[in-house]
Formats: sequence, structure tokens, C-alpha cells
Amino acid sequence: MDFNILMVIGVLIVAFLAGMEGILDQFQFHQPIIACSLIGLVTGNLAECIILGGALQLIALGWANIGAAVAPDAALAAVASAIIFVKAGNFTPDGRNVAIAAAITLATVGLVLTMIVRTLSVVIVHRADAAAAKGDFRGVEFWHYVALACQGLRIALPAGALLFIPSATVQAALGSLPDWFTSGMTIGGGFVVAVGYAMVINLMATKEVWPFFFLGFALAPLSELTLIATGMIGLCLAIIYLNLTRNKGNGGDSGAQSSGDPLGDILNDY
Amino acid sequence: MTEEKRITLSKADRRKVMIRSQFLQGSWNYERMQNGGWTYSLIPALKKLYPQKDEAAAALQRHMEFFNTHPYLASPILGVTLALEEERANGAEIDDAALQGVKVGMMGPLAGIGDPVFWFTVRPILGAIAASLATGGSIIAPLFFFISWNIIRVAFLWYTQELGYKSGSEITKDLSGGLLQTITKGASILGMFIMGILVQRWTSINFPMEVSRVPLSEGAYVNFPDGPVDGGKLQEILGQVASGMSISPEKVTTLQDNLDQLIPGFAALLLTFACMWLLKKNVNPIIIIFGLFAIGILGHLVGIF
Repeated sequence: MDFNILMVIGVLIVAFLAGMEGILDQFQFHQPIIACSLIGLVTGNLAECIILGGALQLIALGWANIGAAVAPDAALAAVASAIIFVKAGNFTPDGRNVAIAAAITLATVGLVLTMIVRTLSVVIVHRADAAAAKGDFRGVEFWHYVALACQGLRIALPAGALLFIPSATVQAALGSLPDWFTSGMTIGGGFVVAVGYAMVINLMATKEVWPFFFLGFALAPLSELTLIATGMIGLCLAIIYLNLTRNKGNGGDSGAQSSGDPLGDILNDY
Repeated sequence: MTEEKRITLSKADRRKVMIRSQFLQGSWNYERMQNGGWTYSLIPALKKLYPQKDEAAAALQRHMEFFNTHPYLASPILGVTLALEEERANGAEIDDAALQGVKVGMMGPLAGIGDPVFWFTVRPILGAIAASLATGGSIIAPLFFFISWNIIRVAFLWYTQELGYKSGSEITKDLSGGLLQTITKGASILGMFIMGILVQRWTSINFPMEVSRVPLSEGAYVNFPDGPVDGGKLQEILGQVASGMSISPEKVTTLQDNLDQLIPGFAALLLTFACMWLLKKNVNPIIIIFGLFAIGILGHLVGIF
């Protein structure tokens, strides 16, 4: 489909928000479930884009900016895939997977773009330094906004470019993909969520908490347990474990002898 | 410094700082990271505390130093800094080094709480719930994620900043205690448990490759009539299916069936471990993702998947 002027403005606003949030990480407009849904909303394909957002959200679960490291860029991935998806107008699972594949390619481009803007911000912050030396509150605020706006443009500009590539070109390009490619991508799409999980696990895993991973894995095939129910079980396990280990003082290995000696526990607390 | 009456930061001033702290990372840069956003956040307070131009300039400059932590855990540090700046503006002996020391001392350990709690527990869990709601295209999915996340976030920003402000420099002592480790460990336990579930449920790996094809004996499968089927016949067939008879005359066992008998999701588990290993070897995640797509395509062509 083609976009009218209101849709174009809407998409650009969403892209700008997503770009700013990609760095701020507060309201989460850059998370696929939000960004894709918003693009769906402004282009009139809400339900389809929510489904796309959900699928992409799973892949992006572990994408987080830690310290100075930069994760694959969820903002550009979400915005661009939704634009491609809506433009192609193919709302089947195959169409979705093609959009997701494009998204992951663009997540790399986004990664490079965000590094460029973060370098550019060094220059901008030096302007803010000059304002600070003069006691100029306005100046410090102004240069902060400039840097933030650059982050917004980082997504809005590529999104604008994607919008103005004619629908027919996008559709023809996507339509020319052979079947082995699209079904292979669908299969690969099932795998890639594991990368996100692996990133999260690598950052949390210690000897002490590994057993809880396997407890979860073993309980997972019970489909009666919804995610909320499993969340409750996990929370209870965490509280029980923490209480047991605390009552024990700084004891070594966890196990059976923890509650045997209440007097000792009390003494340990002092 | 002519001091007639004490300048205090009102609740409204502190709220302004909290609202601004949401833009902490706006000018994130490779040189001093969150320094611009940090100063930007403090401006409403500094304006009130230092009406004199030269004092204002000094205050702005001392906060433009390097700063970086988890964006939400900056709030308790902002709270403490507000308390210290307030004392200083009222004549207390707090020098630049002491202020910088408090900031630097708090930012490391607090970032250590923020990453596991927010990025690796709360967001994946809310994201996963939203993703499961989204499969039907329901508007509830994005709304649920957006509203629940932001309620948690804003409440956290405000209350930890207030906590920091009220306890002033005390908070630094508090943090070296056990509370920090307890929260982090609890979040890791919950996070690992949920990851175990997600790995099994949402990594879809299917091996439709046939391992064996055994013809079943007469009576073990449904005998479909060739002619038209009336209600009675249909009822009989459905009854046979419900009683566990096979609908095809051959029993096909795929590789997937065999794997599922070991434990469902075994392949997903191995795949996750392989990814973890590659990540530990510093392989770029993007390369791993492309590799997996390539495996998917090649495997499909060869007929494994």
C-alpha cells in the first residue's frame, strides 16, 4: 500500500520517538511491541502490526545497552520492519518473517548509526561545557536537546527513506524471494530467539542460580501453567531461597542442615 | 555567601528533577557518557540553590564530570546529590571531591542492580507476556507492556530519588550492606527460572525428518469408507479416533518424536547453550543470528528441518 501525507507524518513521529527512546530507555517506545503497534496504528493495520511486534519482541528480549556496550538496535529494527511489512501488504506469516529478516539486518545498521551519534554527542557536550562555564542554564539544556534530537533523527531519517521507496519496488523485491528462502527464514526465525535468551542467561548465570533455570525448563511443557503462574512460582522460589540462605547466616552449601539449629541461626544474625 | 534564611528544595523542585531525569541519557557520549543528562536533570535544583552567576557556573561545571550508571538507578544518586548540594548551598563544608566521590561510589554497584533487575528480569518477563498476548493481534498486548512498565518505572524513579534525598549521605553506607546482593540474587533466580521456561516454550525447532515408517496392523487404524459418509458412520469414525486409533495405516516416527520422548525442548536447550558458548567467545550476536538463518535455509534445503 501507499501512504498518504498524514500516515507519513505519523510514521515519522513514531520513528523519531523510537529513536529518542533507543537511547533514553525510559518509556520503551523503541521496543518492537510498542513501536510496531504504533506504526500499525498510524497506517491503519493495527492488529497485523501487533502480531509482528510480538514476534519481534521475542527476538529482542535480550537486547539491552549495558555500560558503554551497545546492543543491536531494537528501534530501527522495529520501525523499519513495520514499514516494510505494511508496504508489502503481505500479512501472512511468510510476509512477517521477511519483514523480521529485514529488521535484523537493519538492527546492525542501527548499531552503527547509534555509535556515530554517540560520537557526535562528544562534540555537542563540549558546547554544553562552554555554556556551563558561563553559568548559562539555558545553554546546557539546549545542547542536551540537540543531542537527543540527533538520536531521534537517527531513526526518523532511515524511516523516511524507506517510506519514499515506491511500494511496487518493495513488493517486487520481496515477491521475487524464492520459497526455499522464505520457509528457510521462517525456520531460522524459530532459532534466533535463542540468541536473545543466551545473552540474558550469560549475564545472570552463576553456579548458585543455574538450578532454577533447569526447574523452569522442566516445568515448561506443562501448558496449564501460564506465564503469570510460572512468574508466581519463580517469585516464590526466589523468596524461599533467599530466606533459607539468610537464616543460615553465611553458611557454605545450601541443603538440609539449615533449619536444624534455630539458636545458632539467631546467634549468627548478631 | 550572605546567608539570611536557609534555602530548601521543595517537593515540587524534586519532582522537576525526577521528570528531567528521564532524559538522563539524551546526550550520552563516548567521552563522559551521561554527564550532560545528569547536569540537565539537576538544573531546576541548581537554579534555586545558586542564584549567583559565578556559583551557578561552578555548580554546572562540577556536574559535567564523567557519570554513567543504569538510567533508573541514577535516581537514588540524584536524591543523595540533591541533599548534599542543598547542605552545601546553605554553607556546609562539602567540597567537589566529596560530591564526586559519592556519585562515583554509588554508580558502579547501583548499575549492577539495574541491569539484572530491569533489563534481564522485568523487561523480558513483561515482553514475553506481551508477546504471548500479541499472537491474536490484540491491542491489550502493547497497552499491557507500556502501562505496566511505566508504572513500575516512574514509581521506582520517584521513590528511590526521595529515599536518596531523605537519607542523604547515609545511603552509601546502606548499600554496602546485604540488601544490594539480596535484590540482585533474587532477580537472578526469578530471571533464570523464567528463562528456563522461555527456552523450552518459545524456541521452535522442528525435525520433521522421518526416522521410521511402520505399517500398522488391521484394526489399529481407522478404516475410512470409500463411499459417502452419513451421520452414523461419521460418529463411529470420530469415536475410533477419540479412542486413540491412528488415522493413517502407517505409523510415522519423526526425529522430533524421538527427541520429545527424551524431554520436550531438548534441541532448544542445546541451541541455547551453543549460543551462550559463542557469545562467551565474543562472537558478535548479529553474526550468530545470520548464521542461524543460514542454517535454517540450508537445513530446509537438505530436508532436516
